[in-house]
Order: sequence, then structure tokens, then C-alpha cells
Amino acid sequence: MAVKDYIRERFFPHMWCPGCGHGIVLNSLLRAVERLGMSKNEIVMVSGIGCSSRISGYVDFHTLHTIHGRALAFATGVKLGQPELNIIVPMGDGDALSIGGNHFIHAARRNIDLTAIVMNNRIYGMTGGQYSPLSGYGTMATTAPYSNIDQDFDVVDLSIAAGAAFVARTTVYHAKQMADILMKAIIHEGFSVVEVMTQCPTYFGRKNRAGDAVDMMEHMKEITTPIGSKAKEKNPDLLERGIFVQKEIPEYCQEYERIIERAQADVS
Amino acid sequence: MEQRIKFLQGNEACVEGALYAGLNFFAGYPITPSTEIAENLSARLPQQGGKFIQMEDEIASMCAIIGASLTGNKVMTATSGPGFSLKQEALGYAVMAEIPCVVVNVQRGGPSTGNPTHVSQGDVMQARWGRHGDQAIVVLTASNNQDVFGMTVEAFNIAETYRTPVVLLLDEAVGHMREKLVIPAAGDIPLVERLKTALKEGIDYHPYLPREDGRLPMSDFGGVHRYNVTGLFHDMWGFPSNNPGVVHGLLRHLVDKINNNANQMARYKEYYLDDADRILISYGSSARSALHVVENRRPRGERLGLLELQTIWPFPDHIVRDKCKDADSVIVVEMNMGQVMQMVKNAVDNPKKVFLANRIDGQLVTPTDIRNILRLIQGQGV
Repeated sequence: MAVKDYIRERFFPHMWCPGCGHGIVLNSLLRAVERLGMSKNEIVMVSGIGCSSRISGYVDFHTLHTIHGRALAFATGVKLGQPELNIIVPMGDGDALSIGGNHFIHAARRNIDLTAIVMNNRIYGMTGGQYSPLSGYGTMATTAPYSNIDQDFDVVDLSIAAGAAFVARTTVYHAKQMADILMKAIIHEGFSVVEVMTQCPTYFGRKNRAGDAVDMMEHMKEITTPIGSKAKEKNPDLLERGIFVQKEIPEYCQEYERIIERAQADVS
Repeated sequence: MEQRIKFLQGNEACVEGALYAGLNFFAGYPITPSTEIAENLSARLPQQGGKFIQMEDEIASMCAIIGASLTGNKVMTATSGPGFSLKQEALGYAVMAEIPCVVVNVQRGGPSTGNPTHVSQGDVMQARWGRHGDQAIVVLTASNNQDVFGMTVEAFNIAETYRTPVVLLLDEAVGHMREKLVIPAAGDIPLVERLKTALKEGIDYHPYLPREDGRLPMSDFGGVHRYNVTGLFHDMWGFPSNNPGVVHGLLRHLVDKINNNANQMARYKEYYLDDADRILISYGSSARSALHVVENRRPRGERLGLLELQTIWPFPDHIVRDKCKDADSVIVVEMNMGQVMQMVKNAVDNPKKVFLANRIDGQLVTPTDIRNILRLIQGQGV
């Protein structure tokens, strides 16, 4: 099936700003799904609130556009309610790790088979440029006019600490790597986290004099390096990208099937 | 399954009613005084192949049942006071997205942490108006185990019939009181199963286009019809729209589908109303004290009657007005500062004849309390 067969074409052009990286995430995600040869009927996309969450309107899957921060909680109900479905949960950085931080760490700990994509543009875009828990110290935002004194989370470290079975980081500059990683994340049985560094030229870029979309994407190339590269040894400040964790641990819905067996054995 | 007789507490009667109605997915979070519902379902659901999950918080529990409902399950969550407050945003989502689900609130004293182990009926208005935005919602109550069972089944039936969340507003005394329950044989109480679309693959399915009878057939996530579900105002495919006509039409639909069917949803019990000159109106555990007073005073020639409300929202104005039209006084017995009393005042022809007999100290309103207030109203002192 061609990539365009996975989209709801009548809603294009999309509502994201010129230069926004979210469209690249959509592109790589659809290529991943296409390469996996998945049927549209077996995929549910669950999203929350924010620019990133509008992605669910553009894909021709079963789509559930929920409330701010709670996408993973809704997705947990969908998955446990019908474990045969594949659930993809794209979230923004604020959605996933500020208001939704509790659901994020618990979904990881529970190891339920969901694919969480954190579209990290380090800003609240929909509301006009407020700092998020991923903006980082020293950044500027409409709510940090004297510069931000909040420290940021490292999505990868946080996910590993919370017990996620699959943890990866990539960027919209590395669109092919992103498709490859997303493919692996989707087929991994367990809770998968993919952090995708993406750009918001409209708010983060302007506030932080980061240039236009091309400048911001080139910057992602400059500040990242593949996991275990020599460049990282020379420059420890580089952010690694690639798959950090890929482990087989008991998946929640499969474990629940055993609970049903135990409960039924008790009765009979 | 044959009829069975059990001795159990109200929270367990709720579990029995939910399972009878076909519950197969429950998400919850521990909170007093509703926890026994979660505990019992964690054992009972998997025995029947159903799913129980203890979520990380109250909000997540509400969200999870909505997700599970979309995959075709009959779903429920149970909570109390602070937990009910936390669920409100997602409950509003279920109203907007028209997701069948049942939310049990075993009321305790509030506001805030309040009086966790004591009885209250302070959430009547929160159940009705706790969420932002205009809307309508169905709220049911019960005063004894048999009715807890029956109203739980009713809650599921209404949720499926009208594609709506239903709140079951119990209270701590009802939830923890132990008494007999007769579980009817399978089939004795009719069950409403989910109405699913008969449309085949490839035919345009409209998840939000009501049929002529007002019902909206659903299609499970994972099925052949792919559509969008959102908390935004949306068109008949479920896609966001801020077109004024769409917004107005959807809000009217959400409110009208409940309010226009208020009579069909009105459940109540009446005792000695035919010749009553003084009518008690009550619900939940306080209705038991009210009934005691009525039955105690009748043999002494006092023309007391009781109207026990089981559907609180949509408020049964017509029934209250009609039943109370010949009464000299109407005394609302409840454990809050007059939340239902105000609705009764609005409903009757003469609000001056409506009085309140309440307690707000975490103690059950007793027959003596009611009797004392009746004497005060009659100018006899306590």
C-alpha cells in the first residue's frame, strides 16, 4: 500500500506551521507502518492535546484524540480492552512529560505494549510558546521572559529509569533512521518510547534566536551522534541517537491472560 | 444461572449488579469508601475472562474505561469524593464523545479530604455540574442492596441505550451496610446490549449521526470502520469542527438526548402518597430513615408519605410536582445542605411549603432527627 493510502487526504494541507517538524514525524511514521505491511484496521492512534496531537486527525487508522496529558491512560484501556490491536501514541513534550508525566512513567513500569512517540520541540506550541519540562535551563519562552531556570528531563534516561522495554532517540533531520526506529518500536512487544527531536521555528526558534527550520534541523545534526560513536568520546556534550534499550520483559496484556487462567483454575 | 441469595454489603451488591449487566472491563484506584468494589472485581472479572486494572491514579482509571469501551467492552470505574473530582474532565470527555460507561461514586464527606469513612450525600450537584460546559448527565441512586443491584443494571442499560456515561451515586452507609440480596436468574432483568452498526466495510459509517429513534450505532475500534473520536466539537464522522451550526447542533443533541427522555429514565418509589398531607422526599441511605418514620407514624394516624428518588438527574420535576401537589408540606431528607431540596423547591407549585431535614456531620440522618424536624415544622418544638 502506498504511503498516501494511510492518510486522510481531505484534511490536507495540515494545520502545522511552515517549517514545523511534526510533518516529518508523520512521514517517517507512515513509512514505518507501510514497511511493516500493517492493515489500517489493526492500528489505533491515541493522542492528547497540543500541536503534536493533531497528528491523529491525518491518519486513516482508528483515531482517538483525547484530553491533555492522558493519551497513555486512554491507550492503556484500548490495549487491555482489545490486546490484538497495535497502539501508537504520539505526544508532545508537555503532553507526555508535564501534565502526562505520571501516566508516562507508569505505562513504562507496567510494560504494556504501546508505542509512545515523544515529539520533542521543547515548547508549548499550541498555546503560543510557553516553556515545557524539556525546554531546558537558560532557554527563553513567553513564560520565561528572563530565561528559564527549570532544569529539563532527559527523555531517554527517564524512560530507562521507569523501566521501558524499548527506548530510542532520533531527530527529524534523521528521517530515515526515524522510520527504522519507529518500525522496531512498533513491533517490539512491550512499552516502547521513541523521542523524536523536532523543531518549532515559530515559537522556540524565534524566542531563542535559533534561526529558521533549516538552521534548527542542521543544529540537531550537529548536537547529536550515533550511540557509541567516537565523536561522543571526544565531545561528551553530544546527544546520542539510536536504540538505547531493547529488552524482552513480560508484557502486561500477556501477563493478564495468565491471571485469567489462574482465576479460572481457582473457580473450577 | 438460577436465582441466588446472598448476604453482603452494598459495594458487593454493586459488583453483582455490574457483572449481571455484562461488565467486562473495570479500571480503578483505591479510595475509601468504594475500595471493596475494586477488590471484588479484581477477583471476579478474570474468572469470567474480563479485565481488571488498577491504574496509577483516578484520572487514568476514568480514561482507561473510555478507551476500553471503544473496543466494545461494558466498562465501569468506582470512586469516592476526591476521586470523583479528579475524574471530572475525562467524564466530560465521555459526555462529549458519547462513550457508554458507568461511574460509581460512593459518597463520603467533603469538601477536600473531608470525612473519608463517614456518610454524606454532598455530591449531588457535583455529579450534575462538576464539569465545564453545558451538558446533561444521568445520575442514579439506591437505598438498599436490592436496589443497588437493580440500579447498577439500570445504569448499564441507560449507558448503552443513550451512548452516555451514567453516574451511580451511592453513599458510604449504603456501600458498607450488609443485608440480603436476591440475585435474579439470568434473563429476569432485561439487558441492553451495545447497538452496533450493521453497515458493511466500504460503506460510509457515521459514528455521530443518530438514527430516527435517536440511537447512535457504534463500531468497535479494530473493526472495519475507521473513524475519529475527539473531545472537540465534531461532525457526524467525529472530525473536529467549529462551524457554528455543527457546534450548536451537537450541544443540543447531547443535552436533548438526555432531557427529552427524562420520563423514560425516571425511577422512583412511593410509599403512602395517595392521601399524604406531608410528603418526605429522600434518596440513598437517608430514604431508609425517612421510610422508617413514615411507617412508624402511619398507625398513629399521621398522613405521612415518602417519595424515594432513584433517578436524581435528569431531575424528575413532573413527578415531584405531581406527587406533591396536594401536600401541605414537603420535607426533603438528605445529608447535605439542601442540594435536592433546591430542585424540589423549583419543581413544586409553592416553594414555601418545602423544608429540609438534614445532617451534615458525617452521621446518618436518623428517624429521630426527621421526627424532630417534623415537630418543628408543625410548631410543636422538639
